[in-house]
Parts: sequence; C-alpha cells; structure tokens
Amino acid sequence: MEVPILKQGGFLIATVQAALTDADLLQLRRALVERVVQMRSYGVILDVTALDVMDSFASRTIREIAHIIRLRGAETVIVGIQPEVAFAMVQLGLTLEGVATALDLEEGLQYLNQKFKSAASSAKH
Amino acid sequence: MERYPQLIHSATESPGNCIMSHPGVEAIDSKEEDLRYLPEVFCSCFLDCRLGGRMVRKFMYMGRGTILQMERSRLMVRKRDGDVVTQNETAEATPRSETTTRLLRELVAHLRQNRTPVREEWVGRITEAQLLMAMTKEEIFAEATSVYDSYVAALETGTFEALQNYARNLSERIIPRGVETHEVVGIVLLLRDVLARSLFAKYQGDFEQLNRILDAYEPAANRIANTVAVGFVQERERVIRQQQEAIRELSTPVLQVRERLLILPIIGVIDPQRARQLTEQLLRGIRTNRAKVVVIDITGVAAMDASVANHLVQTVEASRLLGATVIVTGLSPEIAQTLVTIGVDLGKMNTVGDLQGGIEQAERLLGYKVVMIAEAG
Repeated sequence: MEVPILKQGGFLIATVQAALTDADLLQLRRALVERVVQMRSYGVILDVTALDVMDSFASRTIREIAHIIRLRGAETVIVGIQPEVAFAMVQLGLTLEGVATALDLEEGLQYLNQKFKSAASSAKH
Repeated sequence: MERYPQLIHSATESPGNCIMSHPGVEAIDSKEEDLRYLPEVFCSCFLDCRLGGRMVRKFMYMGRGTILQMERSRLMVRKRDGDVVTQNETAEATPRSETTTRLLRELVAHLRQNRTPVREEWVGRITEAQLLMAMTKEEIFAEATSVYDSYVAALETGTFEALQNYARNLSERIIPRGVETHEVVGIVLLLRDVLARSLFAKYQGDFEQLNRILDAYEPAANRIANTVAVGFVQERERVIRQQQEAIRELSTPVLQVRERLLILPIIGVIDPQRARQLTEQLLRGIRTNRAKVVVIDITGVAAMDASVANHLVQTVEASRLLGATVIVTGLSPEIAQTLVTIGVDLGKMNTVGDLQGGIEQAERLLGYKVVMIAEAG
C-alpha cells in the first residue's frame, strides 16, 4: 500500500496507514527523497503510529531515509513509535541512531518549528 | 500461562493429570508437548501417574529441574543442582486388588479402634520433636485429631480429595503463624511411623500377615504424606506469588511532577522481571502523560548486574524512540562501575548526580525556570 505524502507549509508529512512490505518501503524512500527537493521542503515528518511491528529492514530503511534527506538538505522526524515497538526495536539493536524522534505528529511539528525558528534567528544575527 | 488449565493436584484422582507443577502454574496437564514449553518443572511423585498418555509408576520426588528429553516412556530431567535424573520405568498401573482392599479395611478398623492411644502417642511425639512450636498444645491436639480422621478416611476410601482440601485449608490457617514446611512434612511422617509401630505391635506374632498389611499400608501412607506436603508447598507458593505481585505493583510508580516531566524512583533489588515491568510502565506512562523528559532515580538501588544494567540502557533508548529524554540520577559507585565494565555507551546516557540536580536539568530542558518569590518580586 502506497504511503500518501502531504505538503504542509515547508514540511512534508508521510503517514503510514497500514503494514508495509519491503517494496512499499523502497517506494516510500524513493518518493520522499524526490519530493523533498521538488517541493523545496526543509522538514519531513514520518508518522508510523499505525505500525505495530518494525523489522530490521523497516528500521534500516527509515534510518536511511532520514540520512539521505539530511544530505538533500532537510531534517526528518519519526513520530508515533508505539511503546511495545520501541522496546522490541531496542532489544533487536535497532535504535535509529542520529534520527530525531517525537511522540506524535504535534510534537514532531513543534520540534521542526523550533529547530527552524532557531536556525532562522541565528541566520539573522 | 493461559495454556495450562488449572487442574487438581493428584494424579491418582484423575489419571492424565498433574505429576508436574510449575511455579506460576498451579498444576499442569502432563501432556508431553505441553511440558516442553516449560523452562523448569517441579516433579513430585505419586505412585502411579500418567505421563504423555502412559502410566508411569514409582515416580519419586525429583525437585525442580529442566526437562532434557521426553519420549513416550522416558523422562530425563536436569535438576537444579546439576544431577540428571532419568525416569523410565513404565508399566500399566494395577487397580487396587481385592486383597489390598480387604487388608486396608482391616487396617482401618484397627486404626479406628485405637484412635485415642495412637493419637495421643502421635501428639506426644510431635511435642517431643519440638514441631509446631507456634501452636498451643490444645490446638495441636485438635488439628491432630482432624488430620488423623482424614488420614484414616483417605486410607479407607482410597480417594484423597477430602484430605487434600483439608491440607490446603490447614495450610491457609497455619502459614501466617509461621509454620515451616519441614514441620508439616515432619508431623505427617511421624504419624506414618506411629501408625506403622502400632501395626508392628498388633501383628508381632504373625510376620506373614504383618508383611501383607505393610504392603498395603505403605504405598497409601506415602501417597498421603505426599499429598499433604505438596498441598502445603503449593499453598505457600501461592501466598508468595501473591505477595510478590503486590510488592511489584506497589514498587514501580511513575509520577508526574510537572507538565511533561515524569519521575520514576526505583527502590530495592531489580531482577530481570521487575526491570521489564518498569520499562513497560515507563513507556506507557510516557505516552499517556505525553512526557518529554523522564528522570529515573536509582538512589535506592544498591547493586545491579550486567543484564539489568543493559536493560536500563535499553529503556533509555526506547524512551528516546518515543521522543522523550531520560535523565538517570543517583547512580551509586558500584552501579557506575558496572556500567563502565559492561561498556555502556555513556554518550547516550544522560546522568546527573542526585535527584534534585536531575529535576533541575529536566526543568531547563523543558524551559521552566524556578524563581524564589522574593527574588521575583
């Protein structure tokens, strides 16, 4: 199932709706990496609230997405990881190092807003 | 655990059930495939019982252990102390033979007749052995009378349900008074000996008859001793489990001190099970309180082994995946050393000396500023 990607101001929001196959994940990666420059976005939020399992491929792909997007000049936040999923991931050693995480969509938006506000204010000085 | 229905404890009462019980499970159905899932079993011994659909006889006490191998008629158990016990004697159980029944009837008549002297002898021996010191002499006598009667009834009918219920009931009453397992086992064994002595006295002239009577008496008596002891131990284990449960629930509070700031004070020994429970409760707490910062205070934890320390680190990382920052406070020198020895990446751990410092840092992270009213005014 394809993941819809919405544009909201300077951000892109991708909300996972149902369990993803490996092919879906690769498709998501391709689409996000392309869109982020196309739409001139500076923040990406990936909402995984609907996922109740996250295997090694999924978490590796998500980490890759975040790192590639950083190279493309934007910031990524993963939001909505379920408590059980989080603990299972950590036990498998999948800790998404170097990737920002937030509790839910609202927190994610706040995180990005804050980040870019401070970036904008430091640019002004 | 739901896999295993609670069953009654006596194999003799319902063939096919229960020669094994497991901490956490009252008793389980002894189907081969089920037993394989258990990490540890408590094998105790009834004289004939079923194992995987086959009758196994003379299955004697083994204690706790891990099942190594299990086939139709062969059971290998590695006991806690490392010994391997193999149980492979199988045979079809023989129903109580005609003669056994007759002999037992004779025996029961004898015991009924000598109820008063034998009972007094027994109580005397109990006092002499200094068992049941927690009870008064009258209480011992009253309990002894009911135990004696249930005992004789069990011998007579060959069913142990009533005795079992009585044993459980008795255990419930005496456990809070501090009666120990060895005392309960001790008094039942004493009764067995006293009864055997009275049989010796009665049949001393007729050795053949004495032998036959003992043949009938011994298995039944052993089974009774077992039923009572197992009943007592199971009741104790039930009480212990209940208490552990209660302690656990009390001991892991997740408290909100400010909007979006949780504290989790940990006191006492952390075992892997409690560590898991802590993590679960913390992660759930982060979600329901929408916490951004969590202070875990482990001032009250004296020591921590490597696996629990690892678990703590995992909890920190899992919290980060939920978007919360964890600050660990009150690390004792020993725990700090453990963390370093197991090579925890301290870059990921946010540690502050004491709880106050932790809360102050958390407030800074959240953008709070605490000001004295006088200064502010």
